[in-house]
Amino acid sequence: MVETKVKKAPAASKGAKAAKGAKPRIRTNPLLAPGVHRYSASHIFRKSGAWKFVGKTTEKKVTPRKPLTVEKKIGGEKNGGTRVVLLKKRTSSYPTSNSIRKHPSKNCFSQHKRYTRKTLTPGTVLILLAGRHKGKRVVLMKVLKSGLLLVNGPFKLNACPLRRIHQNFVIATSTKIDISSVNIPEKINDKYFQRVKDAKKGKKDDGEIFAKKAERYTPSEERKKDQAEIDKQLIAAIKKNPEKKLLFIYLRTLFGLRNQQYPHRMKF
Amino acid sequence: MGFSRFVEPGRVAYIADGPHRGKLTTIVDIIDQNRVLTDGPESGVPRMGIRLDQVHLTKFRMKFSHGTPTRLVRSFWNKHEITKKWEASSWYRRVENAKKRRAMTDFDRFKLRHHKSHRNQVRKLAFKQLYNIKKKEGAWRRKSKEELAKAKADRAAKKGKKPAAKK
Repeated sequence: MVETKVKKAPAASKGAKAAKGAKPRIRTNPLLAPGVHRYSASHIFRKSGAWKFVGKTTEKKVTPRKPLTVEKKIGGEKNGGTRVVLLKKRTSSYPTSNSIRKHPSKNCFSQHKRYTRKTLTPGTVLILLAGRHKGKRVVLMKVLKSGLLLVNGPFKLNACPLRRIHQNFVIATSTKIDISSVNIPEKINDKYFQRVKDAKKGKKDDGEIFAKKAERYTPSEERKKDQAEIDKQLIAAIKKNPEKKLLFIYLRTLFGLRNQQYPHRMKF
Repeated sequence: MGFSRFVEPGRVAYIADGPHRGKLTTIVDIIDQNRVLTDGPESGVPRMGIRLDQVHLTKFRMKFSHGTPTRLVRSFWNKHEITKKWEASSWYRRVENAKKRRAMTDFDRFKLRHHKSHRNQVRKLAFKQLYNIKKKEGAWRRKSKEELAKAKADRAAKKGKKPAAKK
């Protein structure tokens, strides 16, 4: 109780002072003359509150030390049974063999999630940039599960058959054809376009190593039939467009750049 | 011929670069050799300093003094009908055409090419027809010596006549 009284007294006097001239609280002890300070040692002792801690001791906090080593059991005879091992390895210790890391599980390439550009919607007219049909304008039929684009010339117009192409080799134009009426059969998927392996190639004792005939690709009857069917539907869809006449010529003509035309500046 | 478009207060300029590209503005004051204070209250350009290399001077000019406030610039602009005059100019048409050309899609470009070639075909045909008519008349036939002499005499006669007529 005595302590609180002592504390209050200067506070009251300070309040009176503040009301008079609003002087800031003294935090330093300025030197008046060499060896003479503004405030006495006892004054500072009182003001700073150092008296609160006289004769008091704080208890030391004891934090339990973590063990540095651990005793491990070791199998096998003549091995002593146990070994003391450091929990934290020394920086100088090198492993004798690489530890086997657990790889994060990845699914197969065929199961990867595919991203197609926003502009690539079914019915978009594309400009092919690579492959045998580069420069041709074709119609995007759909995006297959492998992420490849299924395109069609139509074959009747520009001799580009139903085929797959990666989206990187394609420029999407803003011209779109409504192909909602075109029915693409389920069987036309990635497997449909898989290369047929030649059974004859396996035989080595033909003796005709040098007299090989260059075999040309010929589409199967099934493909021809599917192509004709889809072409028919696609052309019917194009005919519904008000600009059908020009669209037909457009799809027939090849894309090309002229003087002063820079593809990165052009709108497609 | 000396220069006729100067960097001066009241000179209307076309902004060729920067965020206000494609708009018109007027020079209100000259900050230094490279920069001017411009204002375009009627064309959506705030009063600001702009580098002179971002600006192309037009033939339009309003007469007002240095540092004319926006309020007066606006009234001058409307009095001189700058927007109307600008939209009637061939420069404006060129700008608009370039804009249209830039906005063309691949199909549009194709259509333009297609129609152009069609027009040229028609033109060529018409020219051929006229050419053939003239050819039948013998316009491109090599003239004989007598004919050439006659033509020369005709020309001389015409020349002799003309001064006489003038007198």
